[in-house]
Amino acid sequence: MKITGKVVQYVAHLARLELGPEEIDLYTQQLDRILAHMDELNSLDTTGIEPTTHAIPLVNVFREDAVQQNFQAEEAVGNAPERVGPFFKVPPIIETE
Amino acid sequence: MEELLQKGITEVRGLLTNGKITSVELTRFYLDRIKKYDGLTGCYLRLTEELALVKAAEADKRIRAGTDGELTGIPFGMKDILCTKGVETTCASQILKGFVPPYDATVIKKLDESGYVHLGRINMDEFAMGSSTENSSFQVTKNPWDLSRIPGGSSGGSAAAVVAGLCAASLGTDTGGSIRQPASLCGAVGLKPTYGRVSRYGLVAFASSLDQIGPITKNVADCAVVLKVLAGHDPLDSTSIPQPVPDYAGALGKEIKGLRIGMPKEYFIDSMDREVKAAVEGSIRTFEELGAVIVPISLPHTEFAVATYYIICTAEASSNLARYDGVKYGMRVDGKDIIDMYKQTRSAGFGKEVKRRIILGTYVLSSGYYDAYYRKAGQVRTLIRRDFDRAFEQCDVIVTPVSPTTAFKIGEKTEDPLTMYLSDIFTIPVNLAGLPAISLPCGFDGKGLPIGCQIIGKPLDEMLLLQTAFLLEAEKKLKKRPDMFA
Repeated sequence: MKITGKVVQYVAHLARLELGPEEIDLYTQQLDRILAHMDELNSLDTTGIEPTTHAIPLVNVFREDAVQQNFQAEEAVGNAPERVGPFFKVPPIIETE
Repeated sequence: MEELLQKGITEVRGLLTNGKITSVELTRFYLDRIKKYDGLTGCYLRLTEELALVKAAEADKRIRAGTDGELTGIPFGMKDILCTKGVETTCASQILKGFVPPYDATVIKKLDESGYVHLGRINMDEFAMGSSTENSSFQVTKNPWDLSRIPGGSSGGSAAAVVAGLCAASLGTDTGGSIRQPASLCGAVGLKPTYGRVSRYGLVAFASSLDQIGPITKNVADCAVVLKVLAGHDPLDSTSIPQPVPDYAGALGKEIKGLRIGMPKEYFIDSMDREVKAAVEGSIRTFEELGAVIVPISLPHTEFAVATYYIICTAEASSNLARYDGVKYGMRVDGKDIIDMYKQTRSAGFGKEVKRRIILGTYVLSSGYYDAYYRKAGQVRTLIRRDFDRAFEQCDVIVTPVSPTTAFKIGEKTEDPLTMYLSDIFTIPVNLAGLPAISLPCGFDGKGLPIGCQIIGKPLDEMLLLQTAFLLEAEKKLKKRPDMFA
């Protein structure tokens, strides 16, 4: 086995997903097969090969640091599921006494 | 009116300019067809009828004033992944239900400036993750040639709508084949531009180093016309290429005498569908008869492309999709604290395949596995790019199949993600190398299902791809639309 249910559950937590027992079983089986396929890359010697992050090399794309009129606050928060005025509303992050 | 379906964009534009028809009539014609036929195919998620008729009336005004552009009055169906100001954009996901972008994607802005008409939002695999459009959270789209089969994906709705005559043209997005594979399985023309040729601003991101937007159209000439409008540098996308855009349509019809066509042995294997292989080999013979020179080539790292791609694309996806947290847009499910709220929201909002890819991507990026997977995949990506660099020393374009099979049955591969992933083997290497490629119909199999031919070019060589494809299309003269949608 490349991966266990416990690892799937832990990775899901890192990704902020909650999985039921059936989902954990299913994903563990499926990811195990997929990772086994991915391990075939290890048959290639890649010593000294630079990884590609973007296929078409463009470096140092600069622009002027100029103020532009983009969105009004009202527009920017317009899609929020919960808001207070021009602010996003979230559950408490810092615990209070 | 039905004869309009036979005509390309330039011809229809001629009729509009000469006052033979109006854009309002043309738009009503397509809206009526959607109402009549889309119950069969399920291409459209939502119609924007009111907006379409307003835009059509504006287009007619522009035409009368003589200020019209290349696409003025032409009705498009829009893949639901391209942000359109004031129009709900969901990526076929529950998590984005109700999201109304406050801005236009650059491609939408360009189409709008050109005067296009927006008919409605088109179905896709959720967040463009899939090869069959079965991963949409809302509905299944069916292949117009056989309603029991998938249209391909992730731009399956776009390809099916073009072929069924439910829009004049459409846009798709292609991360690992999502324009070319559905175009192939539905019998449409689809072009994935060079990475950076078209701005990605306002395209909801899946895998940022691979995603590109491109046209899906009923013929090669339309593809050239639409690409010209989409292409070009955009200061809002720092990965877009600052190079001028040529007049793609203007160069169609040019001969290909002496063109060197590479035929990679790794793309003509025994395990693929015999009829697909025969049809693409037949197309290569046609090119030879037209004066091209066939060069046998090798792309030796092809077999590693799928593994490389699914490491890179899931890694990028896990990062890109972190933004759906129930705070800024889309749905929210309350939890006992903020972490629980994130978890409840994301677990309820994402579908099965999206979760699978987020977990896989998080895993390959997690500490202890990064070097073994993500770094390794980046290195193999370099080897795949070099394969193409070497091949293009010997040839000008590369001709291959698009998909190893024709359209498969709905439900056939949904339980087996790895098999589904492996079906992208012929389209994925192009994305990893950032190259342009076009898919166009080159025949039908014994079941009457379309077969696609892929032509791959050097960076920014879209013009040569269109010229080459145009000649094959003219030679083949294939049927464009199934009888059911006549």
